[in-house]
Amino acid sequence: MSGILTHAPALVIALPLLAAFLVPIIGRFNRSKGLGWFVSIILGLSLLMTLLMANHILSNGPLIYVFGGSEPGLTLPSGYTVPIRIIFQIDGMGIFMGIITAVVSFLGAVYSISFMEQHSGLEKYYTLLLLLTTAMYGMEFTGDIFNFFVFLEIASIASVALIAFRSNLSGEPAEAGFKYMVVSSIAALMVLFAVGLFYGQYDVLNMATIASVMQFTQLDKIALILLVTVLAMKAGSVPMHMWTPDAYSEAPAPITMILVAASQASLYALFRVTFSLYNITLNTVVIGWIIIILGVLSMFIGVTMAIIQKDIKRLMAYHAISQTGYMLLGVGVGLAVLANPVALESFGIKAMEGGIFHIMNHAMYKGLLFLTAGALFYRTGTRDLNKMGGLAHNMSYTTVFFIIGAAAIAGIPPFNGFASKLIIYESVYQFNPLLSIIAMLVSILTLASFVKVFHSAFLGPKLEQYQKVEEVPKSMVVAMATLACIIVFFGLFPDVIVDNLVHPAVMALINQVNYTSAILGGM
Amino acid sequence: MIGNFPFVAVVILLGLGIYTLIFKKNLIKIAIGITLIENGTNLFLITLGYRKGAVAPIYTQAPEGVPMVLPTPQALTLTSIVIGVATTALILSIAMIIYKKYGTLNSDEVRRLRG
Repeated sequence: MSGILTHAPALVIALPLLAAFLVPIIGRFNRSKGLGWFVSIILGLSLLMTLLMANHILSNGPLIYVFGGSEPGLTLPSGYTVPIRIIFQIDGMGIFMGIITAVVSFLGAVYSISFMEQHSGLEKYYTLLLLLTTAMYGMEFTGDIFNFFVFLEIASIASVALIAFRSNLSGEPAEAGFKYMVVSSIAALMVLFAVGLFYGQYDVLNMATIASVMQFTQLDKIALILLVTVLAMKAGSVPMHMWTPDAYSEAPAPITMILVAASQASLYALFRVTFSLYNITLNTVVIGWIIIILGVLSMFIGVTMAIIQKDIKRLMAYHAISQTGYMLLGVGVGLAVLANPVALESFGIKAMEGGIFHIMNHAMYKGLLFLTAGALFYRTGTRDLNKMGGLAHNMSYTTVFFIIGAAAIAGIPPFNGFASKLIIYESVYQFNPLLSIIAMLVSILTLASFVKVFHSAFLGPKLEQYQKVEEVPKSMVVAMATLACIIVFFGLFPDVIVDNLVHPAVMALINQVNYTSAILGGM
Repeated sequence: MIGNFPFVAVVILLGLGIYTLIFKKNLIKIAIGITLIENGTNLFLITLGYRKGAVAPIYTQAPEGVPMVLPTPQALTLTSIVIGVATTALILSIAMIIYKKYGTLNSDEVRRLRG
C-alpha cells in the first residue's frame, strides 16, 4: 500500500494518459457503451488514488515526487544545490484542486456513457477527455514551471478539440473552438515567455527554487504582469471573458462541466504564482486590488449579461464568469492584506477560505447545472429557453436537480453556495463594506435569472411537441444525483470541509516558506 | 550591442505577431500571427541559452577545461516547437471546418455566436 502511495503522483498522471492511448484500440472492438464504462472505471481509479493522496497529505504534509530520480523523495542528490529534475509537489492547495478535477472528470465520464451514446467518433471523444483530465492533474500537481506550460498546452489542445467536437452538424462549435484556441495559444506562449524570463535570471525552472531566490527585479515584474493577465484570461475573468460563453455553450454538456474545472486549474495557477512564487516580495496591496477589481467586474458584468440570455447554456456560462468573480474577490482580499499580519489573522484568512471553498462549490453546482442543461438538450434537442416549457411534468428528477443547483448558485441555505458566500460576505465586509454589498447584489440578480430559467423551462402546461419526453437515462441521473448529494452535504456540514480541506489549502498558499523548504530542505 | 540583435528580433517578431492578431480579419492570417509569436518566444529561449565561448555538452567530443553549456533552453525550445506544430495543425484544421460551414474566412462574417 505504501508503494502505491509513494508513486501515486506519477500514477495519477500515468493512468489516464496510458488509458487515453488504449481507448482507440478498445474502440475497435466495442463501439458503444463499453468504451464509456472503461473510461469511467479508469477515472474512478484515479479518483480513488487522489483521495488516498489527500488522506496522506492532510495528515503528513506535502507529497514530493522526483521524476527520473533514484528515489522519488530525493530532491537534491549529493552535489546539487538546485533541483534539476522535474518535480511534482502536491500540497494542501494542489490536492484540493486535484479532488475537484477527479470528481468532475469521473462524473463527466459517467454522464457521457448515455449522453454521447448516439455520437460517432466516440473513441476520439474519450481519448481527448482522458487527455484533458491528465493535463488538469498535471497543472495542479506540478512544481516545475515549464512542466506547467506543457500541461497547459495539452489542456488547451484537448479542450479545443472537444469544444469543436460537434462541428459536423453546424459551424458554431468550430467558431467557439477557434476563439478558444487563439486565446489559449496566446496565453500559453506568454507563460512560456515568462518561463524564459525566470530562467534567464535564476537558471532554474523549479517554482519553489525560483521563489526562494526571487529578487523582484524589473524582469520579474514583467513576468508577473504576463502571468496574471493570461491566467486571468484563461480563468475567464472580465474583461478577457469573450471566449467563455461561446466555448461553454457549444461544448457537449459533460465537457462543459470539465471545462469549468479546467479554467479553475488556471485560476489555481494564478493563485500559485501570486502566493507561492512571489508572495510578499510583490506589492501585495496593488496586485491584491487588481485581482479584487477583476473579481468585482467579473461578478457584475457576468450576471448582468446572463439575465438577458435566451440560450440556457450561454446563460449558465455567463453565471460561471460571475461566480469566478467571487473566488477572485475572496482570494484578492487575502492577497491585499498578506503583508499585514493583524488584518490577515482577523479576516484575510477567512476571506481566502471563502474564495477557495467557493472554487469547489462552484465546480459542483455549476457542473450540476450544466448537466441538467445537457439533460434538457438530450430530450428536447434545443437550448433555446423560449422553445421549452412544462418539462417538470415529465422530467421530475432533472427538475429536482435543477432546483438544487439553482438554489446553491443563488446562495440559498442549506446548499453549499450559501456556505462559501456567507464566509465571503462576512470577511470582505470587514475589508471594505462596498465590495460585500456588491457581492450580495450579484447574488440576488443570480437568483432572479435562475427563477426565469426555471419558469420558462420547467413550469407551465405540457407543450405539444414534448408530450412524449421521458426522464433521461440512468447514467445521467446517477451523475447528477451524486453532484446533488455533494452539494447538500457541503451545505449541511460546511465546517467539516472548511476545517479539513479548505483551511490546509489556504495555509499552503500563505506559507511560502513551507512551499520552498519542501524542496530545498531547511533554508 | 551586436549581441543584443537576437532580442531585437524577438521584439520585432512578437510585435508583428500581435499586430497580425489584432488588425487582420482572415482566420489563416490569425494563425500566422500566432506562429509569429511562437517563433519569437522560441528565439527568445534559444538566445538565452547561448553562452559565448562554451561548447556543446557532448562528453566524448568536449575539449579539456572548457565550460559546457547546460542544454535546458534548447530542450525547452524543442518541446515548444513540437507543441507549436500540434497547435498550428489544430488551428488550421478548425479554420478549414469554419470555411466549409460558413463559406468564408473573414472573421467579421464568422459571427453566429454573439450576445
